[in-house]
Formats: sequence, structure tokens, C-alpha cells
Amino acid sequence: MADERITDIGPPHFEQFLPDVIKKNYGKWDYHEIIKPGVMVHVGESGDKLFTVRAASPRLLAIESIRKFCDIADKYCDGHLRWTSRNNVEFLLADESKIEPLIKEVEEYGFPVGGLGSKLSNIVHTQGWVHCHSSASDASGVVKAVMDELFPYFTGEKDLPAKMRIAYACCLNMCGAVHCSDIAILGVHTRAPAINHDDLPKMCEIPTLVASCPTGAIRPATVDGKQSVEIVEEQCMYCGNCYTVCPACTINNAETDGISIWVGGKVSNSRIAPQFSKLAIPYIPNNPPRWPETVAAVKNIVEKYAENARKHERMAEWIDRIGWPKFFELIGQDFTKYHIDDFKHAGETFKRTAQLRH
Amino acid sequence: MTEDKKASTPLLDELETGPWPSFVKEMKKEAFRPMTRDALAQLERSYEEHISHWKHGGLVGVMGYGGGVIGRYSDLADEFPAVAEFHTHRVNQPSAWFYTTDALRTLCDIWDKHGSGLTNMHGSTGDIVFLGSTTEAIEPLFADLTKAGWDLGGSGSNMRTPSCCVGPARCEWACYDTLDACYNITQHFQDELHRPFFPYKYKFKFAGCPNDCVASIARSDCSVIGVWKDDIQVDQGKVAEYNNNGTDVQTEVCDLCPTRCMAWDGKSLDIDNSNCVKCMHCINLMPKALKPGKERGATILIGSKAPIVGGALLSSVFVPFLEMDPESDYEDLKELTEAIWDLWGEHGKARERTGEFIQRVGLSNFLEEIGLDPVPEMVMHPRTNPYIFFDDEIFEDAE
Repeated sequence: MADERITDIGPPHFEQFLPDVIKKNYGKWDYHEIIKPGVMVHVGESGDKLFTVRAASPRLLAIESIRKFCDIADKYCDGHLRWTSRNNVEFLLADESKIEPLIKEVEEYGFPVGGLGSKLSNIVHTQGWVHCHSSASDASGVVKAVMDELFPYFTGEKDLPAKMRIAYACCLNMCGAVHCSDIAILGVHTRAPAINHDDLPKMCEIPTLVASCPTGAIRPATVDGKQSVEIVEEQCMYCGNCYTVCPACTINNAETDGISIWVGGKVSNSRIAPQFSKLAIPYIPNNPPRWPETVAAVKNIVEKYAENARKHERMAEWIDRIGWPKFFELIGQDFTKYHIDDFKHAGETFKRTAQLRH
Repeated sequence: MTEDKKASTPLLDELETGPWPSFVKEMKKEAFRPMTRDALAQLERSYEEHISHWKHGGLVGVMGYGGGVIGRYSDLADEFPAVAEFHTHRVNQPSAWFYTTDALRTLCDIWDKHGSGLTNMHGSTGDIVFLGSTTEAIEPLFADLTKAGWDLGGSGSNMRTPSCCVGPARCEWACYDTLDACYNITQHFQDELHRPFFPYKYKFKFAGCPNDCVASIARSDCSVIGVWKDDIQVDQGKVAEYNNNGTDVQTEVCDLCPTRCMAWDGKSLDIDNSNCVKCMHCINLMPKALKPGKERGATILIGSKAPIVGGALLSSVFVPFLEMDPESDYEDLKELTEAIWDLWGEHGKARERTGEFIQRVGLSNFLEEIGLDPVPEMVMHPRTNPYIFFDDEIFEDAE
């Protein structure tokens, strides 16, 4: 007789995965300290110490690497490790003397230790050309190229005024919190979808497709005797929602897809409220495999911020203090018509005061 | 391509150099499998042509579930037959992403047997992501996963896999047990997680304090952010120690407080807790000296999302303070959630997120329907336009 089918069990209970020092001090931690980039200690009210070593990962991991992490965690951490919300792997140790040998082994395997505090953390990102149908650019490649260049800000070799969160999304669906990041790198489509009128009637429901467009740019139409749709191109803002509901509306375009850069978002409540990132650079063409123009643009913004912001100022606070005209001047970017919002609630972004810096 | 021993990838090879870990190296580690080799070769083609070669469409999944597996197909299946089908599996992660090596090795062995050997640790919503299997492998993979105690996460128009910060497991600032709340809600709503019947997705994220390390206020329809009501706990001696050891308490702490609710006289820090907005700045700077208060719970905010379709939204306050006692089984949160789902489920349009629905029908109407009283904490400021829809009750109230 076949085994009974198991469903709806949910995830395993987390407690079985916690190291003893955590079970003992759960909810009773006293304080923590960052010992050096990528290494911190949490001290319990009991006096117990838990050391964490944080290593970068490219998010896309081979099981060979995960097994190697397991070998390392068995050797130094009694078989315990975790991941962070930004795709870093964290090794959890009770024995301080094992920190340096652990770091040596993890770094020799190709995974650098860093981040924490006023450092650059890992770039959260999406699938890109590796595994997504609607991506306007690759994700992993851009992230790799940017982080290779910004590496000293991750290791702590170069200082930052405050923490820096960069995120990357390969289209406006934003499978990552790029819309609230210090710097957001966002893949953009820039042309209306191309419609395959042969496939459309077979693959898609026309009323659903028409309803999918947030600006009402899609209308039912008869093309060469077939039921299909037409797109009012001047109304299309390339969100790709139609492509998600109908594969016959191809939004991807090798010639015109590219990358935009956004700045000054955050999610934490510290000092100023959480807020969205705002447009800095509307369009940079795709240039694989290393996207040098995108890398240079991001690096330039990071450097200008690092040189000019005050201690503890996140990107948003710095720009708020100096004003947007100065920001654009500092990064050497022209302000264009694309920087002015024209979607819902756009009026709230207009400057409605005479308080200007001259 | 499948027949070749090794994919030629001159463009991707350039991403093997440099200090940051290389995803190309990761893919090559598993490229002894024809499937992974073809994925790599197809990616090289995307790098040559500046365009994705994946197409969507085709519902795939396990029997009885409507989510958890996302269909992915190559549009170059003739050239790269081993990735003709290359589906994504979302496996529900444990709370706060803690693992033992035994558990991880079991997951690796299962994925080794059934798929590409490529993973995301983790996907944007929090799941363990297995990247790339055939359609045929879906059921056997699921059987092996469940036998080992793991289940699939969410996809499509359902409750998505909830996630949480490290919480009380390793953080002195956790104002409630994020791991327990996340586990409890995930288990309680298994049907809603696996069987899509909502207008669109619905996400939960549990953050233990207003630092919000899981970005709940930006990325979840229901953002549960830990907070306290009483006074910040202060160790004056340790404040002085920070001041003597490189932290200028006046300029770095007091002057950067958003409500200027603290004063430093060189010896002690005086906090007007009635005007503290719990921003965490002072606590972040001096973790040995300051701690959140003892009367702890969470603020419930609703409605954040990314731009598609009607524009990005941040969550906004629904319940300023909710006790999050594990003994309560989170009944209040569940009750609020079910009230929201009932209303949005009945009246929401296809692919309309909760936040967009609230914008369309109005927050006041929404609150009235789910039975929540309006409080001033819900708004940045009261309305400025006089176009008020009055009910008859205004006359009764005036009497």
C-alpha cells in the first residue's frame, strides 16, 4: 500500500533549529556589540555570549555551497546557522576562539565576511534573466558588478555615515523592497508591448486583459479578422501588467529595456519615517556582462553621499538637508521631465513653498 | 546543447572574477546536470541578446494545492531541451531562517535528487526557493519534502508565506515573539496559504521593533511591528560610559531625536516618554544603556505593496497597540485578518491588493465595514478638503 499523502503540515517548528545558547537566553538578551565588520556578540542577562559571523552570499546558491556551509557550521558552530532577510548567511558560535578560523575558512571558500552597522549590506535582488519572464535586465549580474566595485564599503575598509541599503529589481513588479531603499536599481521597460495577434485569441481572455491595464490603454479590437486588442501607446507606462495576464503582449525589448536609479528610501522608523525612493537617473542602457555605466552611476552616488553626509544621516536625511537641486548638481545628473511625477497624487510632490536655496 | 559536456559562456565567465561571491560559479558547481548546463547556456544567450528567454504560463502544481510551484518554460526549448520545463518550488522556511546542518542537508539531498541543484536562500517573500525542475518531478519532490517534515509556501492569489525577523531568538529589542507569531499564523491559515481564493496576494511580515529588519511596512499587506507603551529603560551609568567612549550624547542622540524628547546634562539622560515616538534611534546608538519599555506589543499596519498595479503603497496604522501574548493564540490579529479578508474577498477586484482596495473604497468605509473605530493615530493629519459625506448620525451626535 502506498504511503498516505501528507499535506498542509506547514513549516517545521523553529525551536528544533535553535542552538542551546539561544534556547537558554530566548527573549532574555541584554545587549549586543559589533566587534568588527561582519562580527557581533549578543550578551544574555545570564552573561552567556552568542557570536555571529555574517558572510555575503549571491542569494543564488548551489547545494554544493550549502553543504560546504554545513561542514563549516559542524566544525565551528555545533551545526547551527541561519540566513538574514538580506540573503547573508550567519554562523552562530558560542566559542569566541573559533571566530577567526571560521572567518578564514568561509572567506577562502569565496564568501566574504562584512556588513553590520554603518556598512553596506548585501543587495537584495530578484531573478532577472536567470529565471524570470518579465525582466528588463539581469539581476545577479548587475548586483555582482556593483558589489565588486563597492566591496570596500562592505568590508569596512571605507566608511559610510550610516547604514546603506541597496536593492535591485529587474522590473516594476519589484520582487524586493527596492521602492524603499537608500539606492534602488530598477530594470525598466520603455516601450509599449508588442502584440502577437495570432496567439492572443488562443492564449488570453480579452476582458481580463483590457481590465489589467491601470491606465486604460488597452482596447478590444479586430485585427485581420481576429478578436484581439490595440494599445494606445501614449497611455502606456510599461508596467507589464498586461504581459503578466497575457503572454501574447510581449513587454521585453532587447533594444530599449534598461535600468533606472532611485534614491532616498528607507523602511526603518529611526529618526525619520519610512519612505519611498525617488528617481535619480531615468535610464541607463543594458550593457552586460558588467554594466559599467550602471556601476559607475551607483558608485558615484555612494561616494558623494559618503563625502557629504553627516554622521548617522541616511541618504534620505542627507538629501533632505541639502535639497534636491544640490543633490543633482553633486551627482552631475541633469534634471529632466522624467523626474516630475505624473501618476496618481503627483501634485503632492510639487514644491509648494518659496523656501528654496539660491 | 544538452549533449555537450560543458556550456561555453565567455560573457558569464567575466562575472567569475572580483571579490563578491559569483552566482556564475554557483551555477557552474551544479552544471554537471544537463538541466543546469542548459540553464547556464541559455543565460549566456540572454547576455548576448539583452533579453530573457523564459516564458510564463502553464499552471503547474501539486495535487490539492493552488500555489507553491511556479511554472517556468524556456522559449528556446529546441536549443536547450533540458530547460524546456524549469519550474520554481517555494518551500516554507522555518521562522527567522534558523537551520541545523542536518535539516539543510536533508533539503539539499531532496533537491539533488529532483532538480537543478540551484536554490535561492531565500526568495524575496522568505521561502527557500528551489530553481528549476521538470513537471514530472513536482509530485515526487513534494512527497519527499513532506515526508521529511517540510511543506510548500504560497504563490498566486493566496496568503503568501509569512516571514519574521530574528526576534527574541537573538535580539534584545524584540517587543513580541516574532518567531512564534509567524509560525502560529502560518499554521493557522494553511488552507489560505495553499489554496488561492483571494483577489490577489496577501502578505504578512513580523518585525520585532520599529527598526523593521524584514521591511514589513514596505512589503506586506499586514505589517506587525513590535513596539512598547511605557518608558524606555535607562541605565544612567552606561549612558555616561557611552558619552565617555566616543558617542556624543548631546549631538548624536538628543539632537537627532525626532521629537526632541530627551535632554542630557552631562550626567543623566532625561526622557519625556510621553512624547517619544519609539523611533529606536537612541536605543540603536546605545544598546547597553537603553532598552525598550516593559509593556510590549505591536502596531498593526495594513496595505503596503510594490507599484503593480495602482502604484506603490506603504502600510498605514490600523491598530496602534495590540498585545501579542503567545498565550492569547493571537486571536485579535486573526479576527482582524478574517474581517479584512471577508470584505476584500467579496468586493476586491481581480489583482487588486488590500491597500489599493482601501484607497478605492476609502479608509473610513473600510474601517466601518470591518468594525474598527477611527483613531487619530491612523492619519498623518485630518482631512483638508471639505467634501465630507455626512450620515444622519451627525445630527444625533450634535444633540
